[in-house]
Amino acid sequence: MESSTALVSLIVGLPLFGFLIHGISGLLSKEYRNKHAFIGGLSTLLVFVPFLVLLYLFFQFSAESAPLYVTLFQWMNVGSLQVDAAYRIDQLSLTMSLVVTGVGSLIHLYSMGYMSHDKGYWKFFAYLNLFIFAMLNLVLSNNLLLMFLGWEGVGVCSYLLIGFWYTDMKKSDAAKKAFIYNRVGDFAFLVAMFMIFGTVGSLNFDVILGNIDLFAESDIFWIALLMLIGASGKSAQIPLFLWLPDAMAGPTPVSALIHAATMVTSGIYLFARMSPMIVFSPEAMMIVAVIGALTAIVAATIAITQTDIKGVLAYSTVSQLGFMFLALGSGAFTAAIFHVVTHAFFKACLFLGSGSVIHAMEHVKHKLHESGKNVEFDHQDIRYMGGLKNIMPSTYKTFLISTIAIAGIPPLAGFFSKDEILMHAVNMGASEFAGPLYYLLWFVASATAFLTAFYMFRLTFTTFFSRFRLPHLLDGIPEAESYLHESPKTMTFPLWVLAALALVGGFVGLPNFFAKTFGSYAEIHLLEHWLHPVVSDIPLDLSVGFEWFLMIVAILIAISGVYLAREMYADGQMEFSDEELEQNMAAIYPVWKEKYRLDEFYNSVVIQPVVKFSEKVLAVFDLKILDGFVNLTGGTVRFFGSLIRYTQSGITGQYALFLILGVVFILALLLF
Amino acid sequence: METLLNLVIFFPLVGVLLLLLTKEDEWIKRVSLSTAVVTFLLSLPLLFQFDISASHSVQFLTEGTRISENTDIKYLMGLDGLSLLLFMLTTFMGPLVIISSWNSVKKGLKGYHAMLLILQTASLGVFASLDLFVFYIFFELSLIPMYFLIGIWGGEGRIYATLKFFIYTLAGSLIMLVALIYLGFDAGSAMQGAQFTTDWRFISGTIYQPGLVVQTWMFLAFALAFSIKVPLFPFHTWLPFAHTEAPTAGSVVLAAIMLKLGTYGLIRVNMSVFPNAFIELAPYFAVLAVVGIIYGALVAMVQKDIKKLVAYSSVSHLGFVVLGIFAFNDIAIQGAIIQMINHGLSTGALFLIVGMIYDRRHTRLIADFGGIAKSVPILAVFFLITTMASIGLPGLNGFVGEFFILIGAFNSNLYDQTIYAVLAATGVILAAVYMLWMYQRVMFGPLTQKENREMKDLEKREVGILLPLVFFMIWIGVRPADFTKFSEGWVKHHIEQTTLKGELIISSRNTDTEPDWTLKLYDLSADEYSTKYKVRKGSTKLKTGEVHAATEPTNY
Repeated sequence: MESSTALVSLIVGLPLFGFLIHGISGLLSKEYRNKHAFIGGLSTLLVFVPFLVLLYLFFQFSAESAPLYVTLFQWMNVGSLQVDAAYRIDQLSLTMSLVVTGVGSLIHLYSMGYMSHDKGYWKFFAYLNLFIFAMLNLVLSNNLLLMFLGWEGVGVCSYLLIGFWYTDMKKSDAAKKAFIYNRVGDFAFLVAMFMIFGTVGSLNFDVILGNIDLFAESDIFWIALLMLIGASGKSAQIPLFLWLPDAMAGPTPVSALIHAATMVTSGIYLFARMSPMIVFSPEAMMIVAVIGALTAIVAATIAITQTDIKGVLAYSTVSQLGFMFLALGSGAFTAAIFHVVTHAFFKACLFLGSGSVIHAMEHVKHKLHESGKNVEFDHQDIRYMGGLKNIMPSTYKTFLISTIAIAGIPPLAGFFSKDEILMHAVNMGASEFAGPLYYLLWFVASATAFLTAFYMFRLTFTTFFSRFRLPHLLDGIPEAESYLHESPKTMTFPLWVLAALALVGGFVGLPNFFAKTFGSYAEIHLLEHWLHPVVSDIPLDLSVGFEWFLMIVAILIAISGVYLAREMYADGQMEFSDEELEQNMAAIYPVWKEKYRLDEFYNSVVIQPVVKFSEKVLAVFDLKILDGFVNLTGGTVRFFGSLIRYTQSGITGQYALFLILGVVFILALLLF
Repeated sequence: METLLNLVIFFPLVGVLLLLLTKEDEWIKRVSLSTAVVTFLLSLPLLFQFDISASHSVQFLTEGTRISENTDIKYLMGLDGLSLLLFMLTTFMGPLVIISSWNSVKKGLKGYHAMLLILQTASLGVFASLDLFVFYIFFELSLIPMYFLIGIWGGEGRIYATLKFFIYTLAGSLIMLVALIYLGFDAGSAMQGAQFTTDWRFISGTIYQPGLVVQTWMFLAFALAFSIKVPLFPFHTWLPFAHTEAPTAGSVVLAAIMLKLGTYGLIRVNMSVFPNAFIELAPYFAVLAVVGIIYGALVAMVQKDIKKLVAYSSVSHLGFVVLGIFAFNDIAIQGAIIQMINHGLSTGALFLIVGMIYDRRHTRLIADFGGIAKSVPILAVFFLITTMASIGLPGLNGFVGEFFILIGAFNSNLYDQTIYAVLAATGVILAAVYMLWMYQRVMFGPLTQKENREMKDLEKREVGILLPLVFFMIWIGVRPADFTKFSEGWVKHHIEQTTLKGELIISSRNTDTEPDWTLKLYDLSADEYSTKYKVRKGSTKLKTGEVHAATEPTNY
């Protein structure tokens, strides 16, 4: 099987090669930096070829295939700790890596247009390639440690790309925040690895999952909990989700690729990978589910109040990730991965669509400045938009399709994956441990689904419907609308591909009860069939009738959310409706709008106290007390030394005197 | 080969003699550099000829004659798995350090380079000497050139800093000397044909079995001297002063080489010679190490001077090394050894970079910078890679050492609690906080100040210094096994030997004559030594074959 080694080397090696060639050549040669077409084209190709290779492997694989293992070299070897740079191709890692490289190459292509005017073009593509490399290590690794390399690697790329425009202190703040929040999670991940290694003496997935019986139940609970903390850093869950909205400071393709479609789903992947072990701790599963549902609703309520186009999408991402965690906690690992996939399609499309809009709005601002009109407005603020429907038809249509998908309207992609999660939450209601709680979680999730439909359509209506509001809000720029334009083909093509996937992607996971209704036991949920060798789902145990009922409820919820949004926002009356909403919900709306003041809370409860303590107590203690003690010791010695020094005067007469005194003293002792 | 080893150790002194004959500044630098380069090149065959399969035994051995028939003090030089990499690190850093001060040092050039070269010989001597008396002489010898380097070529507060450094470490060493003399007589009494011996091979062997009372005192005396050198919290207060005031080359040598003398001594002497005290007192050292990791990081976080920040980060990083040493299993100790190298590379590089920035702007205050990534992009890249190595990013060197140490400490039998490793692991969060915060304030943001805007990017010479360091940061990160293989046999063998020695001492003890405190401290039975400490906690299941192998072969 030499060929498999070659194929896997190609998959992970090409993106790394892209990073090295762009990074090194770009640093060394100024001319190289300007070869935009070459840099962008090569980068895209170096992600697209791995995609094709993975596709080839995918067609070689069936649901019954055994994993394909490829060991490139020995990474670590000390004592009993042996870790290889080893990869595994199985149903789960194929699914994830296809999404990473597939969506990844589309976003690379899109970036060629989006970043074309940026001076750091070469750097951007170098980082993007590095990201793909790290992400592929994360999902393809055969052991936890190599996965951790990818895990931290994507964190660094995220850091570099959020702070891509580093001269803006706010952006570099956001980058640093992302890295540090992630590091908190990584710390927990590390400790989980220590525990696992302590029990089975290996970090290899097969060894760990083949020896679950060696773990005490409490160990599994702690490992799962630590992994949850780890995952809540990377996948932006309570209590570590605050970095993700700030991460929108990065260029929009980055938000689409890293902060929506791929990196932030790593936590879900981790749990799916470890699912055979996780299911043994219902307590941990319950906590995961609660965290997920809570994150989903908290983020959704914040999303309602946002006016930044990327801000809404960011909170929506957090909320959708919450759904996925609810799925994990409900033992619906397949559903979680299903939602990862569909979410990657529609959320990447939404972000890229928003990028297209931002691009247009920036162009308007640029043109106005060029014609000497010094107007300032936030080009990401949806209050200045509106009416873009006719000017940017491709952007509009794809954005709308994705909005319908995320809102959970059948038969688009998001509907099936979200519905499956809700079903599984209900399914868990019958479980022994904390059953009733899961009914509550279903309710919370359903409420979130309503909010999702509502805020997403609020966003779409406000951005694309009615008329262009900018010329009406600011004086003296009636010509602003004429500067709007649709984005170039390199940008709209990826939009259409993603929208198409958002349209039909859900059909890989049709619920099996459809078939059952017609008396068939055919497995029409293709993804479930495909993933079953790898993930350990808790099977659905609901009657066909009840499942139909739940589905219809879900559809009604989504439709009512859309309807309400249409009533309130379809005519561009956003500010009016928001105010109305604020007045009607005066008790709670400010909390949402101020994002539950969590940033302020962390700042005043954790960050400031630690910094102040270090500055005012520790640093002073170090200098005054610890070092003071050292100096005191030195001083004391010197003091006694200085006393005795007077005896060493060098005056012979004095020495003679001491001599005589000594003799007298000894004589006295002897005599008496 | 033995001759070559001696040649490598003393070749820098030959350079010093040549320096005395040289007059022109340009030539002084050239002579000094070529000496260091030749020393490095000469040391390479040692690395390649080193027999890895016999890394637990001393190689390239030179054995002199005793100074008198009954006094077994002799010139005894050689390398083994513990010292080899540190020895190589020292010869490797030599040329880099000299190039780094090519333009920045102008006064007293001859003396300056002479001091650097003497320091080189002293450090190499410490790592190679296997007679503890000779070890002590080199250990002390290394103080003197550093004293002058800081005192003459240092910053404004150099006199205070260098005195503090000198007296503090000397005080520790003198206590060690007392213990060493006692040890010599004590071990001599166990040796046939001598009354005094400081031959490490004999002292660390199982024939010499120090009594528990004297063992404890000697252990503490040596540990104190080494802890000051490391420096282990709370003995670290000399370090920020010394680092801040030292010239760049001084800081680099101090961080990369001299601090390692302490951690090296802890393994070479404290672990191998005093097994019982080492085993029983390990948790206390773990506490100090963990406090140092967190404390060093927090204090580093609030520093205003970049160099001081890096100095405190050293306290934090070396806490990891000490934690690994006292965890006393093969993963952790190998982690500690590789981490000594890693710290030398990455903190060495950080000091070099700070020096390069200082050469340009004559300030090291973080507040004076901001946005300079724009004016010095190449420097920014090197700085970033080094920062990432320092905060332990997987794929770079720092992670490897930290991970080995932490996973070893977590599963250590000497630490009954896993909490040490868990608390130490918070160091990875804090490291990211203080390093990235500093990096951001220096490199990112708007470029406001005129001086910063006009900063020149790295010259070829400076790239030449940093490139080899970065090369090794990546190499160690990607293929640590290429490096850990040198120490593997040594660590395994000496853990076993130390355990056995401890067991022998315990089984031959006479509890009637012992004071209460040793009875209380050394409450383990001989059996417990062999069962508890030979087998790593987690691997008990591995040994009994309970763990099923991977269901599929891991390689096709």
